[in-house]
Amino acid sequence: MKRLVPIVIASIVGFVLILAKFIPPIQSWEENVVLWFDILAVFAFVLGGGNLILNHLKKISDRQAGWGFSVITLVAFLGTLTVGLLKIGVPPNEKYLDYVWSGDYQAEGSAFWWVFSYVYVPLASTMFATLAFYISSAAFRAFRANNIEASLLLMTALLVLVAQTSSGPMLTDFIPDDSSYAIFKVENIKGMLVNLFNTLGTRAIMIGIALGVVSTSLKVLLGVDQSYLGGD
Amino acid sequence: MNTIWHKLADLDRRWLFALTFLAIGIPLLTGVVLPQKVSPMVVNVFDAIDTLPEGSSILMPLDFDPSAEGELQPMANAFVRHCAEKKHKIYFMTIWPQGVGMIQRQIALLKKEYPDYQYGKDYVNLGYRPGYEGVIKLITSDLPKLYDSDQQGTPVSQIPMMQGIDNIQQLPLIVNVSSGDPGLKQWVQYAATPYDSIEIVGGTTGVQASTLYPYIPNQMIGMLAGIKPAAEYEKVMFEKYPEIEERPESNLAHIFMTSQEVAHFMLIAIIILGNLVMWKTSGQGGRS
Repeated sequence: MKRLVPIVIASIVGFVLILAKFIPPIQSWEENVVLWFDILAVFAFVLGGGNLILNHLKKISDRQAGWGFSVITLVAFLGTLTVGLLKIGVPPNEKYLDYVWSGDYQAEGSAFWWVFSYVYVPLASTMFATLAFYISSAAFRAFRANNIEASLLLMTALLVLVAQTSSGPMLTDFIPDDSSYAIFKVENIKGMLVNLFNTLGTRAIMIGIALGVVSTSLKVLLGVDQSYLGGD
Repeated sequence: MNTIWHKLADLDRRWLFALTFLAIGIPLLTGVVLPQKVSPMVVNVFDAIDTLPEGSSILMPLDFDPSAEGELQPMANAFVRHCAEKKHKIYFMTIWPQGVGMIQRQIALLKKEYPDYQYGKDYVNLGYRPGYEGVIKLITSDLPKLYDSDQQGTPVSQIPMMQGIDNIQQLPLIVNVSSGDPGLKQWVQYAATPYDSIEIVGGTTGVQASTLYPYIPNQMIGMLAGIKPAAEYEKVMFEKYPEIEERPESNLAHIFMTSQEVAHFMLIAIIILGNLVMWKTSGQGGRS
């Protein structure tokens, strides 16, 4: 019963949604279900937040390695949540000035906006920017033409790197656009790599994934695949 | 034998970090810009916005966060400036929670450079709604069902430019800037592909671009993939609207592109050097 009920619900909802695509009178059902999904997504945030608190509290109480970072995580999480929920420093909506909580929680000048602008933005940008340094280190140590496959990859990468500069295409500017050798111009080689080889490969992968999704969905709808219910 | 190649094989990576810092930092600090050669794809994206009649409605979902700001903010700025020059109505929204902050930057730009642009009449911030691609799917058929108010909590019934907007099929163009999933791919799959009336152009990070090229041109008019096309877009825009070029920071993509260009050539040099070190020291106890 514990497994049968969810399987029946998933199966009915899935098939109704497929049918709704083809039967105009019930097409609005699909919109309602999508709206339910949007509402459920909100609860996923609550569950996610609760899970984060529990996990980090456990780390702190067990004094696990790096528990200090858990303290920082919890303080940051609860602090941001509090200033956002209480709308600290938020000016009221211009149309409803009598209602102090009517403004946007992230309005300019609010505490939440301050945290986002002066804590989150610099931290996120810094973390991402440090990648540039590791890329240069990896390029020197790991990007090597050890065999034919690696050499092909290396040549492709170098060509794309050159083509992604403004002066790169100038290297082959001496080749006239209408000449039969125009395919050897840097920008045309890059165009061929991107539009031919990349597109062909990506399309093949995408079609493969789509077929896999159809197959897996059918298994779920028919109750053959029950892995989404957990393993108990 | 301790040749220069062996010394290079054991090069402290902090030298590479310092080199990277200089390669990226010097062009940024000096503000030097290099000329750009405009590609046909960029012209297609520009024309998609430019050929629309003045005052057309544009949906502009900004689905990225501060980590991709360096690559995407300049193109978002360019799109907003272009739309404002054409006096298009801009409907901002996002399916990323962090996207609200990115929209605020564009609204700040509009307030600074286009003070005549009025909130609710010329642009609106619909803000964030949870649900990922579910949001896209729903607003293609019923926008007010999900967006009953804007980011500030004002009911859409009180916003002039929202009057008569039942779904996004009524908006002739989507201009999406995104750095991942859900993003441009989902906008193509759930909005532009099922509905012939919806056209889409986009801007995305260089790493995400390879998965999006297959949608061009049948499902997507074109896209700006990374900072280079953003700089090219600025160039086309400056040619058509020269007054924009005189504004501070209007050529942000040009400045960033110069920095990236130097970094690219540095990387090419490093890769070649790394391979030379490998060949010269292979089998001689080097780290390669």
